[in-house]
Amino acid sequence: MKVTAKDVAYVADLANLELTPEESTRMVADLNSILSHMDKLNELDTSNVEPLAEVVSAFASAGLSGSEKFAYAQRADEVKPGLSRSIALSNAPDTDGTCFRVPKVIER
Amino acid sequence: MNINTLTIDEARSLIESRQLSARALAEAHYAEIESRDQTIGAFLTLTRERALAQAERIDRLAEKGDPLPPLAGVPVGIKDVLMTRGERTTAGSRFLDKFVAPYDATAVERLEAAGAVCLGKLNCDEFAMGSSNENSAFHPVRNPRDTTRVPGGSSGGSAAAVAAGFAVAALGSDTGGSIRQPAAFCGVVGLLPTYGRVSRYGLIAFASSLDHVGPLARSVKDSATLLEVIAGRDPHDSTSADVPVGKYSPECGREVKGMRIGIPSEYFGEGLDPEIRQAIERRIDGLRAAGCEIVNVSLPHTEYAIPVYYIVATAEASANLARFDGVRYTTRAPQVKTLADMYRRSRDEGFGAEVKRRILLGTYALSAGYYDAYYLKAQQVRTLLTRDFQNAFTRVDAIVTPVTPTAAFKLGEKTDDPMSMYLSDIYTVTANLVGVPGISVPCGNNGEGLPVGIQILGKHFDEATVIRIAHAVEQEQK
Repeated sequence: MKVTAKDVAYVADLANLELTPEESTRMVADLNSILSHMDKLNELDTSNVEPLAEVVSAFASAGLSGSEKFAYAQRADEVKPGLSRSIALSNAPDTDGTCFRVPKVIER
Repeated sequence: MNINTLTIDEARSLIESRQLSARALAEAHYAEIESRDQTIGAFLTLTRERALAQAERIDRLAEKGDPLPPLAGVPVGIKDVLMTRGERTTAGSRFLDKFVAPYDATAVERLEAAGAVCLGKLNCDEFAMGSSNENSAFHPVRNPRDTTRVPGGSSGGSAAAVAAGFAVAALGSDTGGSIRQPAAFCGVVGLLPTYGRVSRYGLIAFASSLDHVGPLARSVKDSATLLEVIAGRDPHDSTSADVPVGKYSPECGREVKGMRIGIPSEYFGEGLDPEIRQAIERRIDGLRAAGCEIVNVSLPHTEYAIPVYYIVATAEASANLARFDGVRYTTRAPQVKTLADMYRRSRDEGFGAEVKRRILLGTYALSAGYYDAYYLKAQQVRTLLTRDFQNAFTRVDAIVTPVTPTAAFKLGEKTDDPMSMYLSDIYTVTANLVGVPGISVPCGNNGEGLPVGIQILGKHFDEATVIRIAHAVEQEQK
């Protein structure tokens, strides 16, 4: 077993997830099963292979380098109409009518 | 007229010739949904008011004899990961049960601007994570061809609605096969446009380097017509490509003689159902008879695609789903005392098991000490997968493969073993990792009468070739 209950608890903490003991047991088993398939990647020597995070720059912009590849995505820095405050707040569980309201952040 | 099999051209011409009003056509679809969707479970929300208002606009145009837009009065369904302003939009998640979209997704806006009538929002796996639609927080979808079986996922509601006669076409999203696989399982056409071809503005993000929006339809030509409408640069989505959009529907009927079709041996190996192999080989023979040159090609890193996909997709998902925090999107656990408590308990209550599993897996792959071994390694192998396709496409115009290793499986068959569910995506995930366009076209039934799909993959932004070959494959069966 590569992944232990402690690892799952650590990762759940990073991801802000709360797991019941039953969920945690299930996740330990599932993650180990899944990660054992992922380890197949170690068969490949990738020491001289560049990582690819997204495909647009790899195929759509031959001859361009750096940020030139994404020049098409730039726009003028102008103020344009956006969502109104009331619509932006309309799905919030709690607001004061002006801002999102959340539980106390700083404990004294 | 059988409304269950209507195509876009047929629907439009009924309305244009005023044999039927757009309103009556929409009402007829709602009647079908009301009588049979209790069994299928394709829709999560019906948007009747919006649909009928649009239908009446189209009817007024038709009465005046004005020229009608390309989708005038065509009833469509929208996968519930796409925003529809003023309408409930859930992504199949308990977390967004009461979420009302503040704006329209660009693809939805473009469909409606072209005259389509949006009947409602279609069921899907939670946050589009799944291959069977069993991860919907609300209810599963059943395959209209055999209701003991899954419709595929994650766009299971979209495929089922088109197959069942509830909508002439639908929008779906595809991150690792979520348009093509359900299309194959339900016997409809599913088109994956090139990465960046269709705006994702208003798509609830799952894995941003892999997410595509695309159509499901009853014919290749319908899928081509829909692509013409929804494709193209959108200033609201900086990842939408600035590449001219072609006319795709005229590709339907153009001859395929002389085209070079690649057959990758890696897609026909162990694990492929022999009946599916035979069905696809028959279509390959058909293409050869039509004058195509059939070329054996190799995509040697295919067997690594599933691990790469499930690392990259879950890593990106763990970041994208961080926004569901209890502050902005409807769900907050009751009686939380601190901010951290609010995050944890809201996410615990809002997310289903598969979503949590993927967030944990993605967070693990990105965490200190494992980043290089998993995430970086997966990105490097993604480069190798891309080179496989670049090499193959120097020799061929398109690649033909199966869509799925088996036909639709039974509900519950794979729910206890997430890895076996993931492995069912073996033939579809690579297109997303590489960003190429693809299509799933029905190619007959297996011995149990279940639909089988064939996949055609093309070069970046060459949807035209994909559609041309797909249409030839479709017509050869008639």
